[in-house]
Amino acid sequence: MSSAAPLIQATGLKKRFGDFVAVDGIDFEVAPGESFGFLGPNGAGKTSTMRMIGCVSPVTAGSLRIFGLDPDEDGRTIRSRMGVVPQLDQLDNELTVLENLVIYARYFDISKAEARTRAGELLDFVQLTEKASSTVEPLSGGQKRRVSIARSLISEPELLILDEPTTGLDPQARHVLWDRLYQLKEQGRTLVLTTHYMDEAEQLCDRLVVMDAGKIVAEGAPRDLITTYSTREVLEMRFGRGRNAEFIADAESVSERVEVLPDRLLVYTDDGEAALVALHARDVVPDSALVRRSSLEDVFLRLTGRTLVD
Amino acid sequence: MSTPAAVRVAYRDWLLYRQVWRSNAVGAFVQPLLYLLGVGLGIGTLVDDNAGSTVILEGTSYFAFYATALIATTPMFNTSGEALWSTMDGFTWGNAYRAMVATPLDPRDVAAGFVIRFGARAAIASTGVAVVLALFDDTRSLGLIPAVFVGVLCGLAFAMPIAAWTSSRAQADSFPAILRFGIIPMFLFGGAFYPITQLPDALEVVAWATPLFHAIELTRGAVLGGLSTDLAVVHLAVLTAYIAVGWIACVRTIRRRLWP
Repeated sequence: MSSAAPLIQATGLKKRFGDFVAVDGIDFEVAPGESFGFLGPNGAGKTSTMRMIGCVSPVTAGSLRIFGLDPDEDGRTIRSRMGVVPQLDQLDNELTVLENLVIYARYFDISKAEARTRAGELLDFVQLTEKASSTVEPLSGGQKRRVSIARSLISEPELLILDEPTTGLDPQARHVLWDRLYQLKEQGRTLVLTTHYMDEAEQLCDRLVVMDAGKIVAEGAPRDLITTYSTREVLEMRFGRGRNAEFIADAESVSERVEVLPDRLLVYTDDGEAALVALHARDVVPDSALVRRSSLEDVFLRLTGRTLVD
Repeated sequence: MSTPAAVRVAYRDWLLYRQVWRSNAVGAFVQPLLYLLGVGLGIGTLVDDNAGSTVILEGTSYFAFYATALIATTPMFNTSGEALWSTMDGFTWGNAYRAMVATPLDPRDVAAGFVIRFGARAAIASTGVAVVLALFDDTRSLGLIPAVFVGVLCGLAFAMPIAAWTSSRAQADSFPAILRFGIIPMFLFGGAFYPITQLPDALEVVAWATPLFHAIELTRGAVLGGLSTDLAVVHLAVLTAYIAVGWIACVRTIRRRLWP
């Protein structure tokens, strides 16, 4: 953690909609230049938290400070220093990519001339220069997302918040996007993002909190979380439908912990190959087996007993 | 140099309008012309000098009587449609208003942008009618200029309350009913086709409560004369009240919708 004053500071932060508690008293801090993630399944309270940070949803209880300012009083100032990439693209499909960027710049009271200059640089950055005068409509999902990112950067924000930036994109488009976001991170921008993809969180976040049912259940660097809450490796075994549970006792005898999923057994151990060999020696032979490294998915499973993506 | 937020919101509307301006502007001119030729002249020849019409219409031709109402009814139709589906788009399908309030703009700025957009649409619509009316002897008058201003007020008196309704709706299913059971009856019974004194007393009271009747009285009075200053003030006050209430409601519903 840097010694500088935190860019975002939340204490006992709560959001309630009627009787429904979306965010149930969470504490977190984001340091300048940090890349911070909210990981959790749908409905965990990530988006509600992001909307409060974005000053577009009043805080129900607790305290929230962004740039040291109170969203209730200085929402306009905070929003002027922040870029937002929403979960669903909010682009004007009938207008060109360039027009979309210039319009958005005007919302920040940036002059049209300045907006065009910045738009040129940003389209270059998101590799869409040749699409500048195309309307948004025919662009692919990944391209639209990149327009959204370029748009969010047009005000040269100190803080960029991204709500599930790659949800719904194909793997290749996700990698292009990650590459761009990683570059922003390298430029020293503060990124706050939500995701329910563990690989995304691992790639992009210096530090993250795991959310479930409105609460933070763990916090730390991705690697540290994995070390703390999981083993080095995971042996995944499939025995066929309905038969996985028969082998729990065997699996437990060669590992630290076992999770049973509907379609497979997850065997947590520091040496997956060795565990598999030991099981073979006991005549336990799965239909298929694979050894992989532990991921945040495993951390989440351990903490909540549920998988991230259903 | 800072530009007022409402103007920056309206800049987006301008870029979108620029794509359709030709058909919209031609329509603003052609549509009233067709109405005038069809209803004003066609029915006018039947009406004039029959059934005591010259007495009831206080000496004006049916053509002039009907034509002057179009300066109010045309922006009513135009902005009402704009305040329904086009406005819904910004909250649900395209989400442009959501994008706006994530920037330094706030719900009040979005509502102020509505005023500019609806006002401009109303101005185009009523100007189109006024240009057509300037072609005919019966309605050629400098009074067309203040009548266009009334047309703008009329458009806003409809659009702002309707936009407040739109902002509070999750779905557009009620929109056709607003046109069918709200706007069109006003067009039929609000004094466009005949003086509301011809209506049963109960309906006459209803007509007085609608913004359209007041707008028509003003446009007709501006072009053809015969409207007392006192009444003109009353009519203007009613239109202004509709706009003011619509504005307040809009700011509230937009805030509730976009900043839950």
